[in-house]
Amino acid sequence: MENVSNISKLFYTWIILFIVWLAFTSTLAIEEVVTGLLVSLIVALLSFRFFTGTGLGIFAPKKIFYLIQYFFVFIGALIKANFHVAKIVLSPKLPINPGIVEFETKLKSDFAKMVLANSITLTPGTFTVDIVENRFYIHWLEVSVTDEESVYKEIAEGFEKILLKIYE
Amino acid sequence: METVLLYLGYFFVSLGAAFLFLGAFGIFRMPDFYTRLQAGTKSSTLGAMSLILGVGLMQPEWFFKTVIIIIFIAISNPISSHALARGAYKTHQKPLTDTIDAYEEVTEENKNKNEEE
Repeated sequence: MENVSNISKLFYTWIILFIVWLAFTSTLAIEEVVTGLLVSLIVALLSFRFFTGTGLGIFAPKKIFYLIQYFFVFIGALIKANFHVAKIVLSPKLPINPGIVEFETKLKSDFAKMVLANSITLTPGTFTVDIVENRFYIHWLEVSVTDEESVYKEIAEGFEKILLKIYE
Repeated sequence: METVLLYLGYFFVSLGAAFLFLGAFGIFRMPDFYTRLQAGTKSSTLGAMSLILGVGLMQPEWFFKTVIIIIFIAISNPISSHALARGAYKTHQKPLTDTIDAYEEVTEENKNKNEEE
């Protein structure tokens, strides 16, 4: 995924920006659509170099399938963990055991690492303090295991398995 | 159909309000900076998301706009909490812990490296 052509990046940016435009205007009237196509093309021309690292390759049907799967896995983890943290906050003894743990990721591209770090941060109970090359440092509200293998299994495996299929 | 959407909206707004309250309550109860950050930024992600989704369901013509807002929250929220945590660590705010602080050795290494240079 290193050498993505500029054309592919441009079209990817254009499509995403146009979808955002459609969502904001919430109409299919012809004048709105034409204006949207023009405006998003101009913005895409200005910003495609910084907007994406993947290009059109991400729209392959297999990857779309994994993206949807990732979305559901992520929402599930988010809801489960939110209720878990809510329970901790409400219980009178405050059963926490905080600490910073580390694990190593197999992901190579920067963008995929960013997605993994953001997913870990969005799931309550864990957040990413720093990434040094391919080591993640995670602040964890309830440290149950400290060795790298089990930390990886506990926090990242579910997300990373799917991300590996999408981005590598 | 409209009443169903309206009551679904009420449900999501109440759920969001409850989670936002729990987030604030967590900030009040937690012992140190990092655990407060956990409670404050995380309970509120689902809180803010479901509150905004609830508004979108009550006003169907706003639905797609609220979805865009939810996506922007999902992108920007983790970056801000990560920046706060890293900034706090760099200014020597030690995390309260009984078990493990794996990040400490990294910052120590960096410090030694900088001194050598």
